[in-house]
Amino acid sequence: MQVDMTVNGQDRSADVEARTLLVYYLRDAVGLTGTNVGCDTSSCGACTVLLNGESVKSCTILAAQVRGADVTTIEGLADGTALHPMQQAFMECHGLQCGYCTPGMVLAATSLLADNPRPTEAEVREGLEGNLCRCTGYHNIVKAVLHTAEHDAAFWQARASKSGVTA
Amino acid sequence: MTVIGTPLKRKEDPKLLTGEGKYVDDIHAVGELWMGMVRSTMAHATIDGVDTSAAAGMPGVHAVYTGAQLMDMGLWAAPLPCAWPVTPDMVNPPHYPVATGEVHHVGEIIAVVLADTRARAADAAEQVEVSYGPLPAVASIAEARTDGAKAHSELASNKSYTWALVPDPAALDAAFAAATHHVTAEFTQQRLIPVPMEPRGVLAVPGVAGGDVTIYSSSQVPHFLKILLAATTGISESKIRAVAPAVGGGFGAKLNINPDESLALVLANKLGRPVRWTETRSEAAFSTHQGRGQLQRIELAADADGKLLGVRVHLDADMGAYMMLVTPGVPLLGSFLYTGVYDVPAFGFTCDGWFTNMTPTDAYRGAGRPEASYAIERAMDILAGKVGVGPDEIRRRNYLAGGEKFENLAVPSTLVFDSGHYGPSLDLALDKAGYGDLRAEQARRRAAGDSKQLGIGLCTYVEICGLAPSRALGGLGFGSGGWEHAVVRLLPTGKAEVVSGSTPHGQGHETSWSMIVADKLGIDPADVTVLHSDTAISPLGLDTYGSRSLAVGGVAISMACDKVIDKARLIAAHQMEANPEDLEFAEGAFTVKGSPDKTMPIQAIAFGAFLAHNLPDGMEPNLQEQMTFDPSNFAFPFGTHVAVVEVDETTGQVDLLRYVAVDDCGNQINPLIVEGQIHGGIVQGVAQALWEDAAWDADGNLRNPSLLDYLVPSAAEMPSFETAFTVTPSPANPLGVKGVGEAGTIGSAAAVINAVCDALSPHGITDIEMPATPRRVWKAIQEAKQ
Ligand code: FES
Ligand code: FES
Repeated sequence: MQVDMTVNGQDRSADVEARTLLVYYLRDAVGLTGTNVGCDTSSCGACTVLLNGESVKSCTILAAQVRGADVTTIEGLADGTALHPMQQAFMECHGLQCGYCTPGMVLAATSLLADNPRPTEAEVREGLEGNLCRCTGYHNIVKAVLHTAEHDAAFWQARASKSGVTA
Repeated sequence: MTVIGTPLKRKEDPKLLTGEGKYVDDIHAVGELWMGMVRSTMAHATIDGVDTSAAAGMPGVHAVYTGAQLMDMGLWAAPLPCAWPVTPDMVNPPHYPVATGEVHHVGEIIAVVLADTRARAADAAEQVEVSYGPLPAVASIAEARTDGAKAHSELASNKSYTWALVPDPAALDAAFAAATHHVTAEFTQQRLIPVPMEPRGVLAVPGVAGGDVTIYSSSQVPHFLKILLAATTGISESKIRAVAPAVGGGFGAKLNINPDESLALVLANKLGRPVRWTETRSEAAFSTHQGRGQLQRIELAADADGKLLGVRVHLDADMGAYMMLVTPGVPLLGSFLYTGVYDVPAFGFTCDGWFTNMTPTDAYRGAGRPEASYAIERAMDILAGKVGVGPDEIRRRNYLAGGEKFENLAVPSTLVFDSGHYGPSLDLALDKAGYGDLRAEQARRRAAGDSKQLGIGLCTYVEICGLAPSRALGGLGFGSGGWEHAVVRLLPTGKAEVVSGSTPHGQGHETSWSMIVADKLGIDPADVTVLHSDTAISPLGLDTYGSRSLAVGGVAISMACDKVIDKARLIAAHQMEANPEDLEFAEGAFTVKGSPDKTMPIQAIAFGAFLAHNLPDGMEPNLQEQMTFDPSNFAFPFGTHVAVVEVDETTGQVDLLRYVAVDDCGNQINPLIVEGQIHGGIVQGVAQALWEDAAWDADGNLRNPSLLDYLVPSAAEMPSFETAFTVTPSPANPLGVKGVGEAGTIGSAAAVINAVCDALSPHGITDIEMPATPRRVWKAIQEAKQ
């Protein structure tokens, strides 16, 4: 079946089997392989993308269910060659090692701050509960998110007020 | 300019942060076929029939092969390799990629489907009908030891080998006879599923004319892969190129030569089409080896003051159904560490390796050393209780060299520890933890009868890494050397290129190697490119495992830089018309001593070597050197960890409140990376202590293969860590470095369980089996109350 959606600002269209999950639509049909698959039980969050601005695990939805949606993958987060503040913070704080959980983790973290621009450490930890990382022990990931909240407060406040969520 | 020791941001990150990192599953080849594995649903059974007809007729299916058909095709020259025959008479039943006749664990491959998509291969694999003749399964070490049922029908016993290290049996007996205090403790090292976040995958691409085959694999060991696939398939080594692209974590799980890799290679070669496969997470519990799986008995003999006189250890180790690459050797890697950081006059270690009908075991972060450190550190706490002193005091009384600094110290387990300085490590850890205040708070809660009790656990570990001296590995029966290879070259424009035989999967080698070269040659780390993990680019290498990369591979790079400087000096002297001895090299340039204006930067020398217009007579026109480094000793990092837990006595719930880690890995190249390795390592040890457990039932079925039930911790279960470092350089290599990849894991399980037992000690509880689940803790409290 034909499935259309906007991915990273571009209109995409592909003929896929009805059972195709969003993650495989992105990886195989669109060819954006930055979204990773780490499990088969919706447990790890490696496949997290932004769907109309909200983070979702793209292995939990059929591509056909989100026809016409606006999807952001890790490839669409940076502004040209300028890394997004969250990507920058992960680099600053050494929030990644093998990088496999990273695309999902970064997107989940941006969504977390969009909803709660000044989270406590405990809120960051709770908020990222659905994203597993086997390398970093989470210490530097949490640090990166708190760092972003602190250093780019204005960015997140603006983002939050745009989406109607207040801190 | 000193780059070494600074927290330089990683070069690897921009790619990985933007989705540009290419893992195996991201790489495609035109005309590729997907493998779908038909896996055994029985732990032990005869294969009485395999009906592939329904599957073969499904859309997109290219072929279906049973094990018998594949054997008839003559695709293998030998079974899958075990590179560590620990004894000459070790029993090692043949292990082919696909079973024929009899299956020996759930998940063993019985047939393989080739189809044009991932989904179609999986669908067709489900339609293959297998009829089994069930046989009794051996699903625990205890059962293996009875030798009732046999894990392989043809075996006379489930025991594969007995390995012993008892340097002086008479002295050991005498030590136990003379002792005032005896501790005998038994611990279970449950099986663990490694779970690197990237599942393993493979893609084999044949050359157009049926010539060379390139195998892309999510592997820690592409060099081993190439050699051992050549040896076991009969395809010439020179025809195989192995590539480990971006690899999403390893932790030992990708340190193997797997059935799927061999299958992809031989089928791609045979069919002339690319063949691929990626494990699903739930499949990984069967298609990738597991870790740990040991029953340990440790006995301590000590005098009236708690001073150790002897340590005696026996292990029963679960090999699983087959010997994989280093399965039998994993317990041996720990054998030398059962005396820990302590001065123990007499020592004895024996290990029996047992076959069971479960997924094979093999290396998992620490491989043998976390087990050893757990046993001795748990036993030391029990001894402290008997002697009536604190856990800190019992350790101080027993440290090697009295806790003072030492170098090249022989220990009774026959090794020579490169360097250590244990006293300050404990002091710093206790100080950082605020040990006195913690004990006061613990006393307060106890006095108040608080339902949430505090536990404080210590662990002082030593580990053995940097594997390392080839001769020593040979002495252990390991079928490989321990050297590492490096090439350092300067390109015509003055940029440096490094070729390394180490193969990273998250450790940041590109950054650390750039820093070493930058420091040595006086250039910008950004001007260094590191090439690795592709046998066509880096033909010589022994890969990454056992925390060996820096202490062997990094040192090789540093030494190759020295050779580059030596050659550059000759060129500079020639062109500057000076004596080589009169030149000084600093900040990337040669200067004539006493004439600071006569100077030549290394970039100019590189260009001069490229032009070759004016080189000394007979000199080869290049600025490139290689080094194969084989260290004189292993490296022995150490440290002290303190875990603080809260145990809810009404529910049995254990919460990790704080974790203090003081580690010593010698000199550090990049402290940012060092700390990251410690963090990740800690969580894997804590996870073993509190949550993770591959739960096999009596029939040999795994009850929790998926991430729904196998409890990998998330950020929500962990605190932030409090880390600090001491620096005791290793005398075994010119950089004075050790290794840090596994240290966190080696220290943390014991620290956490010591903390849990400390919290429960008023009940007279001295041990809780791992993982210390709420149910286990609650039960122990109830039983103690009766
Ligand atoms: S792949 Fe989607 S949650 Fe694991
Ligand atoms: S960085 Fe490797 S899984 Fe998170």
